[in-house]
Amino acid sequence: MGLNLIVLVKQVPDTQNISGNAMKEDGTVNRAALPAIFNPEDLHALEAAFTIRDSVPGSKVHVLTMGPPSAVQVLKDSLYRGADFVALISDRRFAAADTLATSYALKCAIEKIGSYDIVLCGTQAIDGDTAQVGPQTAEKLGINQITCISQIVELDPEKRSITARRSIEGGYEKVKTGLPVLLTVNGEGFPPRPPSAIRMMTYKNATTEMSSADYDETYLTSGAELKSENTIALWDINAINADPESCGLSGSPTKVRNIDMVVLKSEGIRMIENTEEAIGDMVHELVADHTLG
Amino acid sequence: MENFLKDNEDILFHLEHMDLDRIIRLREDDFKNSDNAPHAPADIADARDSYMKVLDMIGAISGENLAPLAADIDQEGVRLTKGEVQYAKGTQQVLDIFAKADLMGFCLPRKYGGLNFPSTILTIAAEMISRADASFLNFGLQQDIGETLNKFGSEELKSKYLPRLASGEYGSSMILTEPDAGSDLQAVRLKAHQDAHGNWYLNGVKRFITNGNGRIGLVLARSEENMQGARGLSFFLYERDENMVIRRLEDKLGIHGSPTCELQFNNARGYLVGERRRGLSKYTMWLMNSARLGIAAQAIGIAEAAYREANRYAEERIQFGSPVKSLPAVFEMLTEMKIAIEAGRTLLYETARIVDLKEGLEHIKELYPDRADQINSDLKSYARLANMLTPMIKGYATEMANRVAYDAIQIHGGTGFMRDFNVERHYRDARITSIYEGTTQLQVVAAIGGLTSGTINNALDEYESEDYSHAPQLYKRLLSARNKFEKALVHIKGIEDAELVSYHARRMVEMATDLVQGYLLLRDARHAERKLKVAETFIEKMATRITMNAEFILDGESSLLRNYQQIIG
Repeated sequence: MGLNLIVLVKQVPDTQNISGNAMKEDGTVNRAALPAIFNPEDLHALEAAFTIRDSVPGSKVHVLTMGPPSAVQVLKDSLYRGADFVALISDRRFAAADTLATSYALKCAIEKIGSYDIVLCGTQAIDGDTAQVGPQTAEKLGINQITCISQIVELDPEKRSITARRSIEGGYEKVKTGLPVLLTVNGEGFPPRPPSAIRMMTYKNATTEMSSADYDETYLTSGAELKSENTIALWDINAINADPESCGLSGSPTKVRNIDMVVLKSEGIRMIENTEEAIGDMVHELVADHTLG
Repeated sequence: MENFLKDNEDILFHLEHMDLDRIIRLREDDFKNSDNAPHAPADIADARDSYMKVLDMIGAISGENLAPLAADIDQEGVRLTKGEVQYAKGTQQVLDIFAKADLMGFCLPRKYGGLNFPSTILTIAAEMISRADASFLNFGLQQDIGETLNKFGSEELKSKYLPRLASGEYGSSMILTEPDAGSDLQAVRLKAHQDAHGNWYLNGVKRFITNGNGRIGLVLARSEENMQGARGLSFFLYERDENMVIRRLEDKLGIHGSPTCELQFNNARGYLVGERRRGLSKYTMWLMNSARLGIAAQAIGIAEAAYREANRYAEERIQFGSPVKSLPAVFEMLTEMKIAIEAGRTLLYETARIVDLKEGLEHIKELYPDRADQINSDLKSYARLANMLTPMIKGYATEMANRVAYDAIQIHGGTGFMRDFNVERHYRDARITSIYEGTTQLQVVAAIGGLTSGTINNALDEYESEDYSHAPQLYKRLLSARNKFEKALVHIKGIEDAELVSYHARRMVEMATDLVQGYLLLRDARHAERKLKVAETFIEKMATRITMNAEFILDGESSLLRNYQQIIG
């Protein structure tokens, strides 16, 4: 009996390749100026799901993302890499969601899929860097969670238990818990597999059939006979039975009051000699002003 | 994110303007999708879109995964441990990526797990990979061996081995060269004999076998005991077992990541591919021509890498108060390098396109024998053209890569001589390209027939039937250069002294290559102002080279032929 795996992914602006106009004048991210990419740690989470699927025959990998229609690209990429089912959770009423409203919507979408054994997501997204959505989703689902994992040490589908290695400050620890579980995966393990050329050609024209009135139930799972149309499910707020009050702006207690621009200047750089003594002095100084230790 | 497709404007330029319609129709049999594959294209636009997307994937793997490992692969090299070859860690890592990305059956039919892409697209992929790491040959060569098997093997062999090649489960090699049979493959001695049940067995030694550790190999062997020369040779598929021993790995100047093996066959089982006695004349020649296109692409990839290193260094290196790129001696070198690469690329794609048309027509002829009459005349002219252009581009691109890598070190000065910089690796890697799959001298021998038979004239007539109103003066220069070339050609055809013809053959082929590239660059100039500048600068120097070569042939005294024995003994 295979496991039902659900991977939560996010499309993010590529903050690693910042160009000149990456910030708007008000200090917020100018999303239009940055290329949109698959959140890097989410790719590791997806790979972790594939690894589990490879070791437990009959397992299925479902991928969910919440975002605007353009976020369909990360779902296509998931299909190219081997996902069995993908769904876009998209509705204007989800807009401006903070981590609380996002995790609520994701929880509703996961429950729409029904039974599940392991939910996976990247530890954090490179745009918000909160690392809150995974843990909050687990709390809302009322299931166990192991965060910041880089390795699955043991998985026993019969006994429904899992042991994962998680990163902690200065080292690692192994944590064992029962299924269902939510895992947040960091970038240390599970190097992502590349997209497959054959799957890419199969799914590149996949659409969500946005214009259809009853699109909420439109989805297909992968299969040999599948061509490419309408392979991406589109779920709106009604499709996942979410309460509009708990979604988007109205469901988000986080309010941004002000954003300060911090410009790093090269002032204050001090060169020290490359001798043991000079480096020792510097370390003492840093310990004294609590930069270190 | 480094991407060797996205950062290469010249490849993107060609991809945009390349005429692929007929190739795609032939290859896809007018989109009938008889194998019912979900990834088959629906139309031309769909196919082109897939080509772009797959090339983009390879550009990303080349730039992000392979290029950063190339120096380590070069340093680590390959090892022979207990009779088995171990690749460098980086090589294995990227091979795994290629296999997982379903890229190992690039040109193979979809029913065997391939992508069914044309050679034109493969050459672009091969260039990008080689720019990242020239030793990453397994990918390129694998295609040739798979394709040869696909074209000439029995259905039994094809369905057994092609899916395994396409998935990357099996590596492969072409096993031709022997200690006493290098350029002269007619002298191959490795023996193939049949037992009472009709099974074939191979005995003998092969040398300089690239990736000879591959799980399967195509072996050229003497199947007819009493028959000397090419007619006694047949082609065999061999699958690795204990009856073949890898005796040693060569310690080479370059492409350290690629294992070059000496193999000893001790009564190893072989499977006949195609018909007996056609081993060299048909199958090896086909395989060689296919591989030559790959080596030309590899050479252009190395040249591109070396040029980029040199250009960047020339911009950063300050001497006499300014970047050395501002010095005429340096910017001339860089400009020549860039033009030489672009001249190579346009000829490479033209050649690949012709090869694809020829292969596509053959494919359709096999599918629909009743259409043979319609197809034959086109097929014949594309086959002739392919046979001339393939050695031309192999010879040109590989010599050019050596020159470009040489100049790239020169621009670096003493720094370029040091191992810390990449150019010395490009220089070492380039060196083999003008030797393997036939030396440049053999490419001249292969191409000269296309000149004396008139194929070149037909090709130039064809180019002249196009519109050059965007550059009438340059077109006039081309016509004048052609005129000089043809005078030399007429002269050569009238010579009965075989040694004298052979002496001038290299110059003749170089002139023809120059001319074809002149027309192609001027054709490219139709789409971009910058290309017009490239064409202008190329044609100016090319016309002078043609004048020089023609004068040497027409008015020269060939004193070398008279004097060489007294000079070198």
